[in-house]
Amino acid sequence: MASLDMNAEGGPRLVPDDVFKIPKLACDAMADSHPYPAYPEHNMKIGFPGELLENWQEVAIAKIGELAKRNRAFQVYLDACVKCGACTDKCHYFLGSGDPKNMPVARQDLLRSVYRRYYTFAGKYFPWLVGARDLTKEVLDEWYAYYHQCSQCRRCSVFCPYGIDTAEISMAAREIMDSVGIGQKYCNEIIGKVKDIGNNLGLQEKGLRATLEGLEEDIEDDTGVSVRIPLDEKGADILLITPSADFFAEPHIEGLLGYAKVFHQAGVSWTISSYASEAANFGMFIGSYENMRDLALRIRKAAEDLGVKRIVFGECGHAWRVAYSFLNTLAGPFDFLDPNYPVPQHILEFTWDEIQKGTLKFDKSRNDHYRLTYHDSCNVARASRMGDKPGGQFEIPRNVIKAVCNNYFEMDRDTIKESTLCCGGGGGLLTDEVMDIRVKGATPRMTALKQVTQDHGVTHMAAICAICKTQFSKVMPKFGYEMDSIVSVHQLVSNAIILDGQETEEDADPVGEAAAAEVS
Amino acid sequence: MNYQLDGQEVPADEEGYITNLSDWSKDLAEVIAKEEGIEMDDERWEVVNFLRDYYDEYQIAPAVRVLIKAIKKTMGPEKGNNKYMYELFPYGPAKQACKIAGLPKPTGCV
Repeated sequence: MASLDMNAEGGPRLVPDDVFKIPKLACDAMADSHPYPAYPEHNMKIGFPGELLENWQEVAIAKIGELAKRNRAFQVYLDACVKCGACTDKCHYFLGSGDPKNMPVARQDLLRSVYRRYYTFAGKYFPWLVGARDLTKEVLDEWYAYYHQCSQCRRCSVFCPYGIDTAEISMAAREIMDSVGIGQKYCNEIIGKVKDIGNNLGLQEKGLRATLEGLEEDIEDDTGVSVRIPLDEKGADILLITPSADFFAEPHIEGLLGYAKVFHQAGVSWTISSYASEAANFGMFIGSYENMRDLALRIRKAAEDLGVKRIVFGECGHAWRVAYSFLNTLAGPFDFLDPNYPVPQHILEFTWDEIQKGTLKFDKSRNDHYRLTYHDSCNVARASRMGDKPGGQFEIPRNVIKAVCNNYFEMDRDTIKESTLCCGGGGGLLTDEVMDIRVKGATPRMTALKQVTQDHGVTHMAAICAICKTQFSKVMPKFGYEMDSIVSVHQLVSNAIILDGQETEEDADPVGEAAAAEVS
Repeated sequence: MNYQLDGQEVPADEEGYITNLSDWSKDLAEVIAKEEGIEMDDERWEVVNFLRDYYDEYQIAPAVRVLIKAIKKTMGPEKGNNKYMYELFPYGPAKQACKIAGLPKPTGCV
């Protein structure tokens, strides 16, 4: 079990609170948190001005108007807030930093105040009465700092009596900034990479093929069964779209092995595409419909070119939001796919269906070295669904975990399901220069985890999002857990599944006993 | 931030990844490692050389799993594991070792 009294990284040990606390206000504590700005080539590659425009104010103000007109939700969110305060203690970044500008209402007001100044009667004539303010360079800088301290997790919107969605405002703010030439390097560089190469990593077909072949060898070494991880195979039934982190990082890659074993055991034909080798769609993080659409169209093209009948998404939080909520609008209609299956389908829906059909066999004791809890990834929890019943996105991952593990415990009810906390690295913040806010944003989750560690001896936390997995593997060591205390749900499936013909450690004994029994 | 090598300035990005991959040399690797607080030794060179060979072949750094498998083959199981890689490169074999090897930083959700 991970010890809570040490820091596995050797750095200063961080101790999560035992109970949830509302922090003392620390005004402007995070004002200097700035992700690296995008280079001109990053911005231009994805359709934005390279550098800050000379007439940026004019362009930004016009953009606010355009967005309010195009997106009625955005306008309603700007108009409807009554400052009731229900959201103030709901943001993990506020809870971790104490900076009042990380209260959702204050974050919204950074943009709302400018909208009021130029688009409302009162703001135009009596700005001082309604908290309206001019769009200055200082305001723009403030936007850059604080709209990059929002992971667009939508927790605050659950508690807002009007349902105001700060994520929508933060996406709009980033789009406005991009449209005047102020982009964020992490997101914009990556979007360009997907357009060039097909995935966030920049992993080309040759490297991808070599990686997948290596993983096939690993499965065979481990189980004695030949399990394929096909690439670009025309005529396969299923196209798997998964985050490229699943080809690269730990524990993500263990999840990919799980998908492969499930597909193998279910007896379906499937393939990965080197052209659309990325589930993540960072176009959403920067609020850019055009970029989000470009990336979604790659998936459509791959599905058409390969002639598949179904599309299944791997474990990736916001990818599933884009897939579940927007894929049909962005890149549909998908009338060329088999209408008997959801378009698209989540890998957990697929696995749960197979479990219910009885096609998968498990030895749950193979996960007995884990005492598990489950972190609901925010975009799956609050912006999508799985299965055909409300709440399926909460139940199906838990059903699968419980089907493959013996020791499962829930965290505090206020921190799971629709109230789940963001990992602290979502929404385009998974970049090391903002590690300070990432760690602060993770502290409420670490408190919830510490509670189940103390109460139930929980050692590991499972998640179904590439960002959550990377964020926690970086952040958990700072709180005394090991970096591998975060696991993929399909890693647990992979550990427990028994493939047909698999050599198991137990095989030797029962066979031996049976033989002995026969002899006697 | 830029590096100084033999009186020459070698350009690097904000995080210390060199901008022109062709600027890399063994001497520069020592300079970058020093900046990272790391003393290069045979084990670390083994990792850095593997990364560079892999990059030559595939234009990307290998997955940590691939790196570990390769190191396991050349240096044995007691060194071919994640924990040992982090002992060699505390900020991660993928990111820190890539920086020293003069390769671009892996991007994305990693």
